[in-house]
Amino acid sequence: MKIAFPYMGTSHIAFKMLIRDLGHEPMVPPKLSKKTLTYGTQHSPEFACLPFKILLGSYLEAIEQGAELIITSGGSGPCRAGYYGVLHQKILQDLGYDTKIIVMESPYRNPFDFLGKIKSVISCSGVSWWTFIKVFYKAWEKLKLLDETEFLSHQIRPFECLRGETTKVFKECLNVIDESQTTEQIREARKLTQELLNNISQDHTRKVLKIGIIGEIYVVLEPFANHDLEVTLGEMGVLTHRSIYLSDWTRESTGYESKKNIIKAASPYINELFGGHGIYSVGHTVLYSQKGFDGVVQLAPFTCIPEIVAKTILAKVSNDFAIPVLTVFLDEQTGKAGLQTRLEAFVDLLGQKRAIQEGVVT
Amino acid sequence: MIGYLGLDVGSVSTNLVVIDDYNEVLINLYIRTRGQPIKAVQDGLKHVAMELGNSITIGGVGTTGSARHLTSIITGADTVKNEITAHAMAASAMVPGVQTVLEIGGQDSKIILLRHGIVTDFAMNTVCAAGTGSFLDQQASRLNIPIEDFGGIALKAVSPVRIAGRCSVFAESDMIHKQQLGHNLEDIIAGLCEALVRNYLNNVGKGKQIKEPVSFQGGVAANVGIKAAFEQALGMKVIIPRYFNVMGAIGAAILAREKVRRVNTTNFKGFDASEFKYKAGSFECKGCSNLCEVIEIFHDCNVIARWGDRCGKWESV
Repeated sequence: MKIAFPYMGTSHIAFKMLIRDLGHEPMVPPKLSKKTLTYGTQHSPEFACLPFKILLGSYLEAIEQGAELIITSGGSGPCRAGYYGVLHQKILQDLGYDTKIIVMESPYRNPFDFLGKIKSVISCSGVSWWTFIKVFYKAWEKLKLLDETEFLSHQIRPFECLRGETTKVFKECLNVIDESQTTEQIREARKLTQELLNNISQDHTRKVLKIGIIGEIYVVLEPFANHDLEVTLGEMGVLTHRSIYLSDWTRESTGYESKKNIIKAASPYINELFGGHGIYSVGHTVLYSQKGFDGVVQLAPFTCIPEIVAKTILAKVSNDFAIPVLTVFLDEQTGKAGLQTRLEAFVDLLGQKRAIQEGVVT
Repeated sequence: MIGYLGLDVGSVSTNLVVIDDYNEVLINLYIRTRGQPIKAVQDGLKHVAMELGNSITIGGVGTTGSARHLTSIITGADTVKNEITAHAMAASAMVPGVQTVLEIGGQDSKIILLRHGIVTDFAMNTVCAAGTGSFLDQQASRLNIPIEDFGGIALKAVSPVRIAGRCSVFAESDMIHKQQLGHNLEDIIAGLCEALVRNYLNNVGKGKQIKEPVSFQGGVAANVGIKAAFEQALGMKVIIPRYFNVMGAIGAAILAREKVRRVNTTNFKGFDASEFKYKAGSFECKGCSNLCEVIEIFHDCNVIARWGDRCGKWESV
């Protein structure tokens, strides 16, 4: 069966391998582009958020290329994303496509539903549960490697001597990881990619600002949705730290890592889960401030309720902890000038603040 | 004598100033961009060159505004800065002790908070341009009132009507409904001023601690109706600096002066730049699915700058 899955940062590289290992043909949708946006906005409710539209557009492009099944992840809590899979399915039906969408929910909410869905995928290609566990573990290792590599690239970029080199090397790294198929090869790819990135000539005498990135998961993870925010900031000489990586999100929803700390940090301000990643945005801002970060950028799709709630609370957090927060609402605009202006101004602000703290300016 | 040139090229207006070492404004020019930034800049340069005469030489150039990169290529700028930093810079220099800057321009509105002369927070309107200069312009022409008189008429209102200010489309239909009911023009215009201020404070100014002194700048500060509405809503005095409509350019000039003092040299191409033949072109790069719209700037027939590509393939000429 030809199985497609949504773009979310670099994760498609791991999913591609998993699907092939499960005896199916992976169908990576065409790279997200203006065409994706056009498809998505044309067939979505006008008030739906950017992730909804990008995903729908991407599914339609995948179907054009022959995808027979789409596997995606669900969401829980009072955020519209929980209904997105269902709504996407209905829209596809209305457009006359019979492609099915399987929405993977957290196994802790309904383990039978989770296992049943996996069974439906592996049984038709005759893959045993034992094989599934093995290849799933391998895909997990690859996903972690992808995240580690990206993390490292953001650590190096602000120090690069030649602007743009990190981004170039990072692309090479992704190819290396994409080509690694066995556990052994993935292990070698880890070594090689670290070497490639660490070999970039760097200037560590530079004083770099540190910015934490928080917000709604999709726009935080997908560079197409956030206009390459982390690369842009990195090339302005800012070290960015992203609060969300898919491997820790998966870890959390499969129970390996608790987000207790983050929720505890947010608790003086809000004691209630209010959907999406809202409460994490609050908690992470407190934690970033305690870790000495200079500022925080909050990314949110336009009309995203959890992030709107978080934004209002963040005004107080920002005040209490003296950590500047810049909120960026993202929608279908493809012009980057507005974002560039805000980021430049924000970096100026943080630079002046740092200069005062270090006593350079009085 | 040495002067420093600042250019602020925005959606609606192109502003040029020349300041001296003591922030004295020697020349200030406010012209309409009319969708042709290159021409506006060149016309502006010609004017400035004429007014300057021989007594002043330009020691540094700074650009700001949404066309700051384009302008920097044409003039050979020493600094290229975003509008927020430029406006804050100018406000600190022109309004002693300023703690809040309200700025409303043609397409965007912003608030900047300063404490002890340092920007501590700012916000800019996000996805919508409701309540900015362009909308006021449009309403003035719909009502057939010169934009210059708009604010004065608002001050004559006895009981301003309530207008929905959240979205310019809502505002316009609300205004039309009220006008068809028979409300008089003064009350409707005053209602619009109040609505825009309410929207600004609730949206851009949300959660921001507005402290005096408050400086109101940008083209819309010429509107006494909006000023009055701000004063009423804030319960504070709002200061309009003398050069309120060219503050961005003043900030750019100050930034250029500081830079030149550090590096002791300027990249200024000279006023001849106003005679050069610049041309802008664009093409869609088909190298990948991003299909970036790449802008090219030609000087005579040579490409001198390119931008707009995500990957940086075209950027370096």
